[in-house]
Amino acid sequence: MKFVENLLDNVKPIFDKGGKLEKLYPMYDALETFAFVPDHTTKKGAHIRDSIDMKRTMFLVIVALIPCLLFGIYNTGYQHYLALQEEASFIDMVLFGLWKALPLIIVSYGVGLGVEFIFCIIKGHSIQEGFLVSGMLIPLIMPMDVPLWMVAIATAFAVLIAKEVFGGTGMNILNVALTARAFLFFAYPTMMSGNKVWVNAEGGTVVDGYTGETLLSQAITQGANFYNTAGVQYASVSESFMDSFLGFIPGSIGETSVLAILIGAAILLWTGVASWRIIISGIAGGAVMGLIFNLVGPEVAPENLYLQVPWWHQLVIGGFMFGVVFMATDPVSAAQTEKGKLIYGFLIGIAAMIIRIVNPAYPEGIMLAILFMNVMAPTIDHYVIQGNINKRLKRLKTA
Amino acid sequence: MSKAIKVKKGANINLMGEAEKKTASAQRASVFAIKPDDFFGTIPKLSLKEGAEVKAGTSLFYDKAKTRVKFTSPVSGEIVEVKRGAKRKILEVKVLADSEIQYETFTPWTGGTDRESLVNTMLEMGLWPFLKQRPYGVVANPDDAPRDIFVSFNNTAPLAPKASYALAEEKDDIQLALDALNLLSEGAVHIGVEAGDNFFGSMSNVQVHTVSGPHPAGNVGVLIHHVAPINKGETVWTVSGMDLAIIGRSLRAGQFRAERTVALVGSEVEAPQYYTTMIGAKIESIVGGKLIGDNYRIISGDPLTGDAVEIEGHLGFFSSQISVLPEGDHKKFFLTDGWLAPGFKSFSLSKAFPSWLTPGKKYRLDTNLNGEERAFVVTGELERVFPFEIYPMQLIKSIMVNDIDAMEKLGIYEVLPEDFAVCEFACTSKINIQQVVEDGLADMRKEFES
Repeated sequence: MKFVENLLDNVKPIFDKGGKLEKLYPMYDALETFAFVPDHTTKKGAHIRDSIDMKRTMFLVIVALIPCLLFGIYNTGYQHYLALQEEASFIDMVLFGLWKALPLIIVSYGVGLGVEFIFCIIKGHSIQEGFLVSGMLIPLIMPMDVPLWMVAIATAFAVLIAKEVFGGTGMNILNVALTARAFLFFAYPTMMSGNKVWVNAEGGTVVDGYTGETLLSQAITQGANFYNTAGVQYASVSESFMDSFLGFIPGSIGETSVLAILIGAAILLWTGVASWRIIISGIAGGAVMGLIFNLVGPEVAPENLYLQVPWWHQLVIGGFMFGVVFMATDPVSAAQTEKGKLIYGFLIGIAAMIIRIVNPAYPEGIMLAILFMNVMAPTIDHYVIQGNINKRLKRLKTA
Repeated sequence: MSKAIKVKKGANINLMGEAEKKTASAQRASVFAIKPDDFFGTIPKLSLKEGAEVKAGTSLFYDKAKTRVKFTSPVSGEIVEVKRGAKRKILEVKVLADSEIQYETFTPWTGGTDRESLVNTMLEMGLWPFLKQRPYGVVANPDDAPRDIFVSFNNTAPLAPKASYALAEEKDDIQLALDALNLLSEGAVHIGVEAGDNFFGSMSNVQVHTVSGPHPAGNVGVLIHHVAPINKGETVWTVSGMDLAIIGRSLRAGQFRAERTVALVGSEVEAPQYYTTMIGAKIESIVGGKLIGDNYRIISGDPLTGDAVEIEGHLGFFSSQISVLPEGDHKKFFLTDGWLAPGFKSFSLSKAFPSWLTPGKKYRLDTNLNGEERAFVVTGELERVFPFEIYPMQLIKSIMVNDIDAMEKLGIYEVLPEDFAVCEFACTSKINIQQVVEDGLADMRKEFES
């Protein structure tokens, strides 16, 4: 690898101070530090350091997202051919999925990194790794038929407004990928909900009874009597639960398969990148709120059929699990104290179910729940830390 | 009274090159130096000029603020150089040693209840700087009486010398030093020992606490935190267990007897073992001819908190360990040994590298940062290795924004940089946490002590 090292060293003077392309130094730096962990050494304090760095941490999150991505690609094709009732091989489905998903990924990374590079060049900062994860999350939480220009605008908006204006990676208040999703949701509501974007049914005639709706919007009108994309009603709730758990339902690309999400969660928890406190308490919060709605729903509001979807089924439809595992655990926008994480996660679960079930205008609540709790996280931390401060003050008084 | 303290948070970093339990005399150094930077917060004023003749125990410099605190020569000879840095800051006061040491004579202290004469003897002889004050980690103020004095004999730092081995011959002197501390302390003298340690556990005139757990369990700060935490307005003193032998020996003899046993350790040392030498000895006299290769870093102290020194440099005042590690000043290709490599040679406290598969394995870690400095992103990793009821990240952030009020509330009085050593090791964002804490303590001191 001496060859690459020499090559980089040779072009370095062009980018160094006084060089022709001095302004583009952040780009050179990004490339160099991507290929080589730099020769920076410790000066004092701890002379040895852990091998982990931000690049490896972010890379592990991407690894954890791969099961979701792969299944999402397959499911995109599967739903397409199911809606058209056409015979298709596994390869056909994957190819169709790639044709839909790859452009989204390319646009997301292209636009996001572009904005980030421009910002770093203007500011003279080194380029940080945060967007490597955001850039993968954004396509995974998009409906597969969303127009590419919308993804581009949303990504640019999110990187600029959610991240760079606050000072870049590590400084943001809101989760960047969710901000992109929320932007589209509010800027183009008709394009981002309803029944057009979740399944691609072009190039043929759809079967009878096909609606293209996700299970979430079905639940508003018919409770737990779910239909699949082919317009066939599931024989039992456990059957629709199984399909939702495995992911054979319409939805955003990465969110449908709870199994794939759990594989990702296992990777994140095992490597310690994500907080188990947030994931466990988030799921607990969703389950508790779902259960409460199940118990009081038929009494209080029998006309709201959503209330009657069993709580365990609620957990596996929509983006709930994906949000709890991959978005709520973003360490920068989450609560930062250990106790705070438990409260934060639990409240996300509660809020997600309330928004989803009680407010028919928002068939899914996890996005708004996480964004809302992102804003509340510093407040939670404040009170947790205040507890620690009070303990210290009390000790002073009794001493 | 004995109390068991079990520390759960922390981490042991297994390095290659632990010292074998074997002691030899180091080569006799010709030049010795005392470095004012070893004493945090001290502004040195020279007592004598270059060229002056000194005896062991003669004052080389004193503290501008606390003029009674003298820093004395470990050997007799001639002051050959006062090495200065930027703005004429004094870096080292060097003494060229006589072939045989002449001692200044002081009134010995072998017991009794006359606190004032003990204080005077210790000040004159140069033993006083061994007493550190918390908060701030500065040399104790002789006009104060501390709430308690704490000593830890359980050094859990990587490759640290075993006190019970290094001090095995000096039990009586250590007891005498503890008696002296008992007289100095308003309250008690608390000592922290390893579980099952009968050597220090049988000391009298002290309260013994057994401490177990991973580093930094053996830090005196952890002992204080678990026995009687420091509140605002309180001061306690601490002494390193390894320094007690010097204090006891010198008090008994009425002469500054600066011999100490140091462990020469690390993967770049051919045969790691113990050596007897003296405070301030030239590093070369201890490590000369014993190192492997030529690209190494010599650290006076342990790998997590020590100071980098040149081979021409000198042993630090408080150091009883010299660690030699490979220098990490080379680039690491991302696929072979960088961030995307399998990393079987890399060590990590996280499970992001396979080192968790081999918990007992010893590593040859170099001084590369293993990444670039970033803003804080990962949370919870510092808390796992920080055995205090303090929020480390929030405290560090409050220091970074220089919020004195928040620092105080979050517990800065209870900590010194060394307590954050494992946090600094673990930090994914490669923030120099110990430097931040040191700056915070300096700011606090400026705010309250001027």
